[in-house]
Amino acid sequence: MSDREREPGTAIPSPHRSAARSLSALFGRRPRLALSALLVAPVGWLVLVYIVALLLLLITALWTTDSFTGLIVQKWNLENFKQVVMEPLYRTVTLRTLGIALAVTAIDVLIALPVGYYMAKVARPRTQAILVIAFMMPLWAAYLVKAYAWRSIFSDGGILSSLGHSPGLGLAATITTMSYIWLPYVIMPVYAGFQRVPNSLLEAAGDLGAKGWRTFRAVIVPLVWPSVIAGSIFSFSLTLGDYIAIQIVGGSQQLLGTLIYSNVGTGGNMPLAAAIAFIPIVIILVYLLLVRRTGALKNL
Amino acid sequence: MRIPAIVKITLGTVVGAVLVFVYLPLAVVAFNSFNASQNLAWPPRAFTLKWWGRALHDAGALHALGTSILVAACATAAALVLGTLAAIALDRFEFFGKESVNLLIILPIALPGIITGIALNNAFTTMLGLPLGLITVIIAHVTFCIVTIYNNAFARMRRLNGNLRDAAMDLGADSFTTFRLVTFPQLRSALFAGSLLAFGLSFDEIIVTQFTAGTSVQTLPIWIFNNMFRPGQAPIVDVVATFLVIVSIIPIALANRIGGKESIQANAA
Repeated sequence: MSDREREPGTAIPSPHRSAARSLSALFGRRPRLALSALLVAPVGWLVLVYIVALLLLLITALWTTDSFTGLIVQKWNLENFKQVVMEPLYRTVTLRTLGIALAVTAIDVLIALPVGYYMAKVARPRTQAILVIAFMMPLWAAYLVKAYAWRSIFSDGGILSSLGHSPGLGLAATITTMSYIWLPYVIMPVYAGFQRVPNSLLEAAGDLGAKGWRTFRAVIVPLVWPSVIAGSIFSFSLTLGDYIAIQIVGGSQQLLGTLIYSNVGTGGNMPLAAAIAFIPIVIILVYLLLVRRTGALKNL
Repeated sequence: MRIPAIVKITLGTVVGAVLVFVYLPLAVVAFNSFNASQNLAWPPRAFTLKWWGRALHDAGALHALGTSILVAACATAAALVLGTLAAIALDRFEFFGKESVNLLIILPIALPGIITGIALNNAFTTMLGLPLGLITVIIAHVTFCIVTIYNNAFARMRRLNGNLRDAAMDLGADSFTTFRLVTFPQLRSALFAGSLLAFGLSFDEIIVTQFTAGTSVQTLPIWIFNNMFRPGQAPIVDVVATFLVIVSIIPIALANRIGGKESIQANAA
C-alpha cells in the first residue's frame, strides 16, 4: 500500500512495520502457508513430545531387561507382551482396573444426569450460578487432598468406624474416592450439554403431546448423549491410569497403574512396564473408537 | 416444558445430597487442621492453631509451593501460545487431516496421565539419557495443558462473527494487526479462563510429575504425597490441603466474574 492512499486520521496502526505487512500479504496469497505457519508449533510439539514418545515406548516394550545387571538390552523380542497376555496376574489386575473404571463412570454419570439437568433446566439463574461454583470448586481443590479426606473417613479409627461400621480401606473406598474425585469432570460437560438443549424444542415436544418422561427420553437424552460420553471419557480414562488414590485408600489392592509405576525407575523393568502400559492404551483407544461417532470428542 | 413439582423437589433433594457428599470430605480435612491430636483421633477432643503456625514455617512446603507455581506458570504460558495457534488454524481453515489434528490435541487428556508419564520418562531417560528435572516436568505439563487453552479459544472463535475481522482487513490492517486489535480482545477472556484451568491442572498434577521430576524436584502435590504418611506431618498436610481449598476460590471467582460479564454481554447481543 502506498502512502498516497493513506488519509490522515485513519485507524491503520503501524503501517511502517513492513516485514509484518509483507508476511501478512504473503499469507493472504498463500493460505496453505498461513495454515502451516499456525500449525507447525502446536502440531510439532505434540508430535515430537507426545507421539514420538509413545512410539519410543512401543520400541522399549520390544526390548528386554538383563535380569542380572538390571540394564536394558536392545534385543528385539515379544517376551514382554507375551508375559502380559499370558500371566494370570495381569489378567486379574486388568479386569479389576476395568471393573473399577466402569463402576466409577457409571456412578458419576448417574449423579451427573440429575444434577446437570437440575442446574441447566430447573434452577433459577441465580441458583444456577451458585451451583456452578459449588460444583467447580472441588475441581480446583487438590486431588491428593480429596483422596486423603476419604482415607480419614474410611480408615480404622476414622469417621465411619467411630459412627459404627466402616468397610475399611479397599475396593469400596477406592470406588467411592475415585467417583468423588472425578465427579466435577463429568458434571461440567453434562451440565453444558443440558444447557445447549433449546427450551423451544422441549415446548414443541410438549405441544405435540409428549409427557415429561417421553420428552426426556426422546428429545433430551439423544441431544445430551455426546456430552455424557465426553464426561465418561474423563472418569473412565482417569480411573484407568490411577495408582495414587489406590495407594491412599485401596489398602493392598493393585491396579494397572500400580504395576506400571512399580516397574519404572532403578531396580525396575522399563520394557515390561512399557508393555503393561499398552493395556490401558488399547482399552482407551477402543473406547474412543466406539464413542467417536457420537460426536463426543468434540465435547471434551 | 412444565416440570411437575414433585420432579423438581426430588431433583432438588438429589442435588442437595450430592453437595453434602462433595463438601463433607473437604470439611473433614479443614476440621482436622485444627485437631489438637497429632494422629487425628476422631472426634477431636481439643482444637489448636499450632499446625497452622508450624505449616507457615515449613521450609519444604513453602519451597514446594514455589516450584509448583513456577512449573504451572511456565507450562501455562507455553500452552497459551501453542493452544491459541492451533485454535486459530482449526477455526479458520478446512484441510485434510483436520480431524487427526483435533484428536492429537485431545489425546494427552483422553489417555490416562500415567501413559504420558511413562512415555516421557522412557523418552527422556532410556532413549535420550537426559536427567529428569524442572525442564522435563514443564515439557510434560505443557503437553496436557494445550488442550484446555485450545478448547476455550476454539469455542469462543466458533461464536465470533468474522465480519469485524474482515472489516479490519478491508481497512488495510495486516493479519497481525488484526489479531492484536480485533481478534485478541475478543478472545481475551476465553484465553484467561483457559489459562486458569491449565494452571490449575498443572498445579494439581501428580502422576505425570512423579514420572518426569526425578528426585530433585518437589512440587506441592509431591510434597503432600511424601508427607501424608509420615506420622508427625499429617496435621501439617491438613493445613496445606485446607489452604489449597481456600485459595482455589480465587481462580473460580475470577473466572466467574469474567464469565458473568460475558454472559451479560452475550445476552445483550
